[in-house]
Amino acid sequence: MSTRSLEAQVRHQPRVAIIDLHGEINSFAEDVLNTAYAEAESRESDVILLNFSDVDYINSTGIALIVSLLARARKTKRRLLACGLSQHYVEIFQITRLVDFMSVYPDETSALNENPTAIIDKRPAS
Amino acid sequence: MATFIQRIQQIRPGRTKKVVQTLEQAGSPGAVSGPRKIETLPLDMAPNDPLVAYFLSAPGAVEIEKLNLDSPALKGLKATGVQVVIPLVSQGELVGLLNLGPRMSEQDYSTDDRTLLNDLATQAAPALRVAQLVREKQAQDLERERIEQELRVARLIQQTLLPKEQPELSGWHISRYYQPARAVGGDFYDFLYFDDGRLGIVIGDVTDKGVPAALVMATTRSILRSTAHASSSPGKVLEQTNDLLHPDIPPKMFVTCLYAILDPVSGRLEYANAGHDLPYRNHDGIVSELRATGMPLGLMPGMSYEEKEVVLAPGDSVLFYSDGLVEAHNQVRDMFGFPHLMKLLEVKTNSMSTIDYLLAELAEFTGPDWEQEDDVTLVTLGRDTSRADNTKGSISDASVENGEASFAGASTQNHNQWHTLAEWVIPSEPGNERQAISRVAETVKELHLSQKRLDELKTAVAEATMNAMEHGNHYQPDTPVIVQVLASASSVAVRITDQGQGPAVFRAQMPDLEAKLEEMQSPRGWGLFLIEHLVDEMNITRNDSHHTIELIMNLDSEGGSHVNQKS
Repeated sequence: MSTRSLEAQVRHQPRVAIIDLHGEINSFAEDVLNTAYAEAESRESDVILLNFSDVDYINSTGIALIVSLLARARKTKRRLLACGLSQHYVEIFQITRLVDFMSVYPDETSALNENPTAIIDKRPAS
Repeated sequence: MATFIQRIQQIRPGRTKKVVQTLEQAGSPGAVSGPRKIETLPLDMAPNDPLVAYFLSAPGAVEIEKLNLDSPALKGLKATGVQVVIPLVSQGELVGLLNLGPRMSEQDYSTDDRTLLNDLATQAAPALRVAQLVREKQAQDLERERIEQELRVARLIQQTLLPKEQPELSGWHISRYYQPARAVGGDFYDFLYFDDGRLGIVIGDVTDKGVPAALVMATTRSILRSTAHASSSPGKVLEQTNDLLHPDIPPKMFVTCLYAILDPVSGRLEYANAGHDLPYRNHDGIVSELRATGMPLGLMPGMSYEEKEVVLAPGDSVLFYSDGLVEAHNQVRDMFGFPHLMKLLEVKTNSMSTIDYLLAELAEFTGPDWEQEDDVTLVTLGRDTSRADNTKGSISDASVENGEASFAGASTQNHNQWHTLAEWVIPSEPGNERQAISRVAETVKELHLSQKRLDELKTAVAEATMNAMEHGNHYQPDTPVIVQVLASASSVAVRITDQGQGPAVFRAQMPDLEAKLEEMQSPRGWGLFLIEHLVDEMNITRNDSHHTIELIMNLDSEGGSHVNQKS
């Protein structure tokens, strides 16, 4: 099985940045993830939403990268959200208690709807 | 009258006959004086010399001077002054010649003389033949005694150097059988014990028989023992043994040899082969050859030997053997053969030991009056079906700080018998845990795990494989991780083994998310924690050279509940 490297695109909306992730979150993903996060926080977004709907693999190193992003967000008083996780990775987020510190939503729409600071993206959720 | 008694001695059947002439000058017939002169004149007489055929076809006295044959022997006789020859023929075979020179009276031989000589020849021929047979028998007895003595020495050398005891390994059963042929071939086997618990297994065969083969066997064994303790690579050991043996081995002799190293904890068997018969591995009734290429030892220097490895699962067995088994012939000269041996191993269903089973089959094949043509050597290595014994005492230092994980290594004792579904190795390179996931998912498809349980198993396998590649093998691509998938009636198990040494330090500390978010703890360190929460049971075993993580998932479990309890 070949591995998929991570790609990330950042969409900015007023006070919200959405990072669309594509591929695998593992040790190779660090630079892409950090660069995308830096881009996301560059416009002073209060909320950063990680969109995992096209992510098919997260390993423990990937979890560590997400923990680092969460720590970074907490330092700068930003809210980090997650959406589009498969049922299995929701379970992983529960086991690691990441869900206690970052809200997890089924999809982008529900994430933005339930966060008063967020403006709903007009683009259909992927 | 001069009397020549000629004795014909057959040196080799069908070869030149050595003729020794004895000259007895006994005076004329009827003289009473004793022998006055004895002279021995050797004369070669080839069996195809025309003179031989002539003597056999013309019994009675022959006047040499009147013969005209293109015969070297005839020329020799004439040169010695022989006038009359009386062939000594017994049972159609020319056993000697009675040769007469000129009469002392210088008169010709009379008819009476010839009659007397012919009568004498008739009496002398069988007597001479008996004397020859007695002498041949004495020579044969001496030769037989010499050979027997040599065989006793050869047997003594071999039996002194073969292992006195077979290895006792927990979780494994090892048996051996060695039966030298009467002529004592050059078979040998050996067991080498390493400090880290590994076991070396050697089986070999020296060309030739008797003392020369035994001496080469002794030399090979000594060199192998010496080099084996200096290198952990079977291929390198054979390479060095070959280079050291080559200058000293007699011409036209060589040694076939297979050398394998077993890690009894992981079941990993590394092996290299110097032209020896390929061992057979039996895995779930499927018999396959353990192939590795290499030239026999002692033929030429500078050889390299392919090195292979296989992981023996519980219930697996390997047969090492010598050509005395496969090259045995039955009464109609059919050979036992490799295909027959392979088939026998495949169809074996009885409870006999493999060695007893094969010996019974060999006896049936050869029949009751079989004279063993070559040494028969068999060594069997089998892994017990349950690995419970194998883990006892091997994990004493694998304690865990928080005591959450089950490190008892006793889990599989509580389950039904395990059978191996698949096993493979993975190079230790970042990202290769995906290979493990993919193969495990494919392998357990037949067990119909729910999607949730399958996802949990896949992640646990990925994390265990990453641990093994990173902490055990330090991401060295040529140091593989071994993955085995086993199943019982109620559970599936995945065993992941690295080549790491030292204590099992898979986790530095219990992950504390608050501490990580405050950057007081590394954001990493989730692997083992995740595994513990995703599978029903986790065990870690280790020895000085390996760690094995065993992940067990119950097939009737819905999973998840343990997550809630522990999280």
